[in-house]
Amino acid sequence: MRAAVVVFPGSNCDRDAYHALRDVLGYTVDYVWHAEPRLNGYDLVVLPGGFSYGDYLRPGAIARFAPIMEAVRDFAVRGGRVIGICNGFQILCEAGLLPGALTRNIGLKFICKHVYVRVENNATPFTRLFRKGEVLRLPIAHGDGRYVCDEATLRELEARGQIVFRYCAPDGSLSEAWNPNGSMQAIAGVANETFNVLGLMPHPERACEAILGSTDGRRILQVELSVHEG
Amino acid sequence: MPKARVYITLKPTLLDAQGRTIQNALHQLGFETVQSVRVGKYLEIELAPDGDPNAQIEAMCQQLLANPVIEQYRYEVVDE
Repeated sequence: MRAAVVVFPGSNCDRDAYHALRDVLGYTVDYVWHAEPRLNGYDLVVLPGGFSYGDYLRPGAIARFAPIMEAVRDFAVRGGRVIGICNGFQILCEAGLLPGALTRNIGLKFICKHVYVRVENNATPFTRLFRKGEVLRLPIAHGDGRYVCDEATLRELEARGQIVFRYCAPDGSLSEAWNPNGSMQAIAGVANETFNVLGLMPHPERACEAILGSTDGRRILQVELSVHEG
Repeated sequence: MPKARVYITLKPTLLDAQGRTIQNALHQLGFETVQSVRVGKYLEIELAPDGDPNAQIEAMCQQLLANPVIEQYRYEVVDE
């Protein structure tokens, strides 16, 4: 598995992602600077967390115009696996590669803690190693994580199974008390229509080793490649 | 020199968490007449006097300044 971790000015989870992919999962990993116009020979592209361009204007609004994003778009259109984590999720939404948007947390606070999320769809390349309904414990660290989209989009997401993760209680039940940021329908992660692009606010790369309190993130990053890519 | 004033706010259907917090603070200060607060962004953009400034600002709003999923915008162009 060859993975690229895209580095924007202001990315700050790029090293965490690099460490998890290389040292824990044994992938061949490169950092790819945002000004690069090309992505050559990768199986997986990760847009890491952080504060690209200082979150100026809106989180992800400037990063989506970085030269590398054209290459990410081409890669995604060809079926390449793309994961956007936290700020990476925000960038993918701004770029139109994922539906919806991430807005300010309902309580306005930056929230940094472990939360529980439920696997809503285990038929994606990112969740095939989970049971449907399985509850994961993952850390979040964001100020703008409240997922929103219009009603029509929400219905489509639900119907197509694009809602991949929801915030939940430890027993997997849904309630607003366990929805940390006020996301619509407690949405924590969504996929595109072809399920090769995933965005999520929790940080799987920070949950790959027991010493960090959870290893639930590891299976998300053990991405299934499409058959012909092998 | 044309100058644009651009106002960007969250769509009215979306909860404005900042606006609501400010509204609560105003109530606590005794401003009980406050019915609603919406927070937005205000941009001043100076343009060279070439081309159609309204068309340019419209394009800027659509491509970058506002996110059509969550925001609405309006602007005015003045000559200064």
